[in-house]
Amino acid sequence: MVAGLERVFREEWGRVLATLIGFLGDFDLAEEAAQEAFAMAADRWPRDGVPSNPHAWLMRTARNRATDRIRRERALTAKYALLVAGNSAEVPMQATTFPDERLELIFTCCHPALAVEAQVALTLRTLGGLSTDEIARAFLVPERTMAQRLVRAKRKIKAARIPFRVPPAHLLHERLDAVLAVVYLIFNEGYGGRDELAAEGIWLGHALAELLPDEPEVHGLLAMMLLHDSRREARFGGGELVLLGDQDRSRWNTEQIAAGRAELDRALALGGRGPYVLQAAIASLHAEMPCDWAQIAALYGELGRLTGSPVVELNRAIAIAETEGPEAGLRIVDQLGLDDFRYLHSTRGELLRRLGRTDEARAAYRRARQLTDDGAERRFLERRLTELAGSAGPG
Amino acid sequence: MKYVMLIYQGDALERQAALPEDEQKQVYADYQGVNETPGVTPGPPMGLAENATTVRVDGGRTLTTDGPFVGMKEAVGGFFILEADDLDAAIEVASRVPAARYGGAVEIRPSEVYW
Repeated sequence: MVAGLERVFREEWGRVLATLIGFLGDFDLAEEAAQEAFAMAADRWPRDGVPSNPHAWLMRTARNRATDRIRRERALTAKYALLVAGNSAEVPMQATTFPDERLELIFTCCHPALAVEAQVALTLRTLGGLSTDEIARAFLVPERTMAQRLVRAKRKIKAARIPFRVPPAHLLHERLDAVLAVVYLIFNEGYGGRDELAAEGIWLGHALAELLPDEPEVHGLLAMMLLHDSRREARFGGGELVLLGDQDRSRWNTEQIAAGRAELDRALALGGRGPYVLQAAIASLHAEMPCDWAQIAALYGELGRLTGSPVVELNRAIAIAETEGPEAGLRIVDQLGLDDFRYLHSTRGELLRRLGRTDEARAAYRRARQLTDDGAERRFLERRLTELAGSAGPG
Repeated sequence: MKYVMLIYQGDALERQAALPEDEQKQVYADYQGVNETPGVTPGPPMGLAENATTVRVDGGRTLTTDGPFVGMKEAVGGFFILEADDLDAAIEVASRVPAARYGGAVEIRPSEVYW
């Protein structure tokens, strides 16, 4: 019962809040009203049973809370004699269907006039339904800092009048990129080990795919997240990082791989060839045995042309090393200007190790270690260094 | 919704001065286009920041210094008022201000009454 309720709440929070914001035009008022409605549901439903249309119940309750509040405030200030009649007439009391305005909400939360950290926090708070405290803990900042970030963002939305709408066609793709970047950032933050954020990213990805079914990059992003996440269990063995090649494939989540591939197929069928679709295609190839490294290298090449990212080029070098040998990979790595990027040095270390250039490999791993604070990754580098110390380099 | 649109020239004046004549004409035309946009109330033409005088009052004494409050490159170069539906509409107008594409920028400030 309680677990079931949690799922309903989870599913409904973003929907209810989005519709309320659209209706009230005010984030804070909408949030307070939604919170009251959900609190009443948590109190009553276990006792009286879940209503046949939970969404309509929550919407009507929240809406009534909000209008009560407006009425009280207006009576207090005596500024306005009446409620704005047009607004309250829009949603009849017995309504059972309400517009789904989650898409409007996510585009507002991810508006480029807000700082990226604020976009992330707002998206998690409003669509994801996470509490301020949960978001603060996930991003390792004090709760007060996170609360201020949210307050500031909401204030700016209001003061600068950031529109609550799905952007018109000429802005849609640019703005969608920002939305996808926020979802990816949330997922990625979780991929480093904070599982709840990875799950949150995937959940948001599903919601987006439902709301924008014809956008290939939306399916591409979801596919990529599902495929990466499918290996989560195998990425860590006893708290230690395990590289793809050494992973226990029986611990891969095959159901999730299938779901990821289905999303990828959908993206490709829509003619998708954007950065997320390409990354999903690469992740899909990574999940195959044996790995088609030549195809992976080609896809990284295409992704690199699209993004101009040296990090993508580094990944291409790893794939090239698998098909053409470590020397060929190293030639690419040594042309990249990523001196402060730890994965450049760990990759160099690995390729040099394979070439038997032990001293150089050690130096590269040491540099990588210097740039890494994270526990599991750092311990992995320590292990490599210990192994190298044990093997005398040839010449 | 009323927005105050602040124009920062940055390097734009130098860069525009070095443009071929037809592109310079385009810059003037674009400024005129912004000024004629519905909702825009152009500000008066603003002289160079190097001719600015900054005034402070300290303990009843008026202190004046030569130059803008901030550095020369950071000084406001001009402004206009825009009446627009929302921030997206303001961003669209801002993006048409030539300074924004020649190394300067436009800052959109919602007009707000505090009292």
